[in-house]
Amino acid sequence: MSEKSDTNNRMLTMAESLREAMTIAMTERDDVFLMGEDVGIYGGAFGVSSEMQNKFGEERVIDTPISELGIVGAAVGAALAGMRPIVEIQFSDFTAQAMDQIANQAAKIHFMLGGALHVPLVLRTPQGSGTGAAAQHSQVLETWFANIPGLKVVVPSNPADAKGLLLSAIDDPNPVIFLEHKLLYKFPGRDAVPEGSERIPLGVSKVVRRGSDLTIVATGIMVNKSWDVAEKLAAEGINITLIDPRTISPLDMEPIHESVRETGRLLVVQEGPSHGGFINEVIARVSESPTFGSLIAPIKRLAGMNIPIPYAPQLERAAVPQVEDIEVAAREIVKNWR
Amino acid sequence: MTTIQLLKGHPLSSKEHATHALLYMWKVRKFEEAVKDLFGRGMMHGTMHLSIGQEASATGMCLALDLADQITSTHRGHGHCIAKGADLTRMIAELLGKKIGYCGGRGGSMHIADVETGNLGANGVVGGGIPIAVGAALASKLQKKGTVAVSFFGDGAMNEGAFHEAANLAAIWKLPVIFFCENNHYGMSSSTDKAFAIHKLSDRGLGYGIPGVTVDGNNVVEVYEAAEAAVARAKSGGGPTIIEAVTYRWEGHSRSDKNLYRTKEEIEEWKHKDPIPKFISILHEKNLLSQVEIDAIQQQAYDEIMHAVNEAVKAESAEPSGLLDAVFKKVSA
Ligand SMILES: Cc1ncc(C[n+]2csc(CCOP(=O)(O)OP(=O)(O)O)c2C)c(N)n1
Ligand SMILES: [Mg+2]
Repeated sequence: MSEKSDTNNRMLTMAESLREAMTIAMTERDDVFLMGEDVGIYGGAFGVSSEMQNKFGEERVIDTPISELGIVGAAVGAALAGMRPIVEIQFSDFTAQAMDQIANQAAKIHFMLGGALHVPLVLRTPQGSGTGAAAQHSQVLETWFANIPGLKVVVPSNPADAKGLLLSAIDDPNPVIFLEHKLLYKFPGRDAVPEGSERIPLGVSKVVRRGSDLTIVATGIMVNKSWDVAEKLAAEGINITLIDPRTISPLDMEPIHESVRETGRLLVVQEGPSHGGFINEVIARVSESPTFGSLIAPIKRLAGMNIPIPYAPQLERAAVPQVEDIEVAAREIVKNWR
Repeated sequence: MTTIQLLKGHPLSSKEHATHALLYMWKVRKFEEAVKDLFGRGMMHGTMHLSIGQEASATGMCLALDLADQITSTHRGHGHCIAKGADLTRMIAELLGKKIGYCGGRGGSMHIADVETGNLGANGVVGGGIPIAVGAALASKLQKKGTVAVSFFGDGAMNEGAFHEAANLAAIWKLPVIFFCENNHYGMSSSTDKAFAIHKLSDRGLGYGIPGVTVDGNNVVEVYEAAEAAVARAKSGGGPTIIEAVTYRWEGHSRSDKNLYRTKEEIEEWKHKDPIPKFISILHEKNLLSQVEIDAIQQQAYDEIMHAVNEAVKAESAEPSGLLDAVFKKVSA
């Protein structure tokens, strides 16, 4: 669908594009290194760093014991001392173990110390449900991090974006939490992944497709689900603008305001529980701006149920928005508000 | 549900005890094999962490416990759960996402708990159960219940902060808790050689003032004897003990494991140290059970597992309705 796919046909999976970004960064500069549980010969729990230890050696692709607080803290310290660590936490749920170093140390050091020090650190971690791993291995915790000033929070939805965003995250002089949906690792996106080392800047929302009937803002895997819906409804004459913020903190609202002013209808979609969720921030910013006056329909929210993620597949599916839910919601808003 | 018939005591103290120990080791083995099969046939989803090769440690420890004694367990927890007396049908049903499963299909393999047998729950978080066992021991002490709490965990978990903080609390408060470390040589791909700068993991107790013992985790008799001593110490107010049971996991860490970090020879070598034949040879030596009796025990274990699988397969699936109501325990009026 994009111009890019004409010039090259590199349909990588997200695991591959992330590996490519890390490989480029580690080749470009020797202060970048990767550290985490099983990132070496195992290639990380989801194979993202597969073969990287062979290429860069055990000193730059460092296997650690199961000690999340220790390894994130060590990454903070190494960052303060002139390195650019990438830390992989095996599941985002276990950032909880490391939360002091993330929230109280990394996020605050630059501001709190009057700018004397800064923390160029990337914390990569898989999130999300759909694998039957139950409540302690399936959460979408993006809201936790977005609620802590001092952290940049990136939620890529496809391999091409993941590569460019990760390169920018590694360049960034601040702590960046990079949240990868585990169901996206194995699949190629719709767009080919560019060959070079082009960066995609953090803090720029992407308009994935344009239409004048409804604006959908979605994060992570919900971008893909919303795309399917937009495609299907386009055939029925319902045209959707789909916006992927990509960086949820800082948040680029401009394309969202612009689109809502045109469509007058807004549907926001996330996988994490609705209570206190990131999408509420999008709604608040629309509501407190002049864009609010352009709305012709109440804003609609689709989010995970306010429950821990259950195990059995039939329960797990029910816990988070599915393509059918997005389709129903999108169609209803457009039909009921003219 | 079936009644809980646990027989506490030394596995060589009588024919009944020997039968019990062997039966439970076989049950764990057959259970894990059945899980592998269900997975292979696509009937179970999610992931699985099998404890094949580690049956003696779970069994030996639980043979020293009363029903009221409590355990916390791990992602590799089927064996602990069975050895503590859980109902096999409800376990399999949980793995299959059935309503009668221990968690009503909400928890799956990594989260089975059974209040009746004192199992406070498996855990998806490495090290997550360790402070919880310490808390259970604190409650036992405050309520003068006279029970002990056992935390099962892996070698890998010993490097989590949770272990260290929990160990110190248990030591200074002299709590009736046992830190039972199943050292199967790996935490996923990370070997104990790489993850520790000490050889005997039970030495970790030294820094906290907790006595530690290291035993052959594939010898149910040795495990039992260490467990019995630790239980006696805990129940008499002596405080915590660390038991390191040295063992080996035959299967990959989980389904996605390609076993790149160890050799086939190493796995084969450990298969020769299989805890079940090891116990059987002791039984022969002591003339406690005949081969016919031993074969019958194996058959019984197999039959029990097959019965559980058949019952669980037939059971009704869990339904999504009511999930929201399940988040909080109702506040009683
Ligand atoms: C806090 C935390 N970190 C990482 C993981 C991922 N993980 C699950 S099991 C495991 C290895 C655990 O090793 P060990 O404690 O030795 O137990 P074993 O698997 O050998 O039984 C890892 C890294 C986790 N579940 N929880
Ligand atoms: Mg282990």
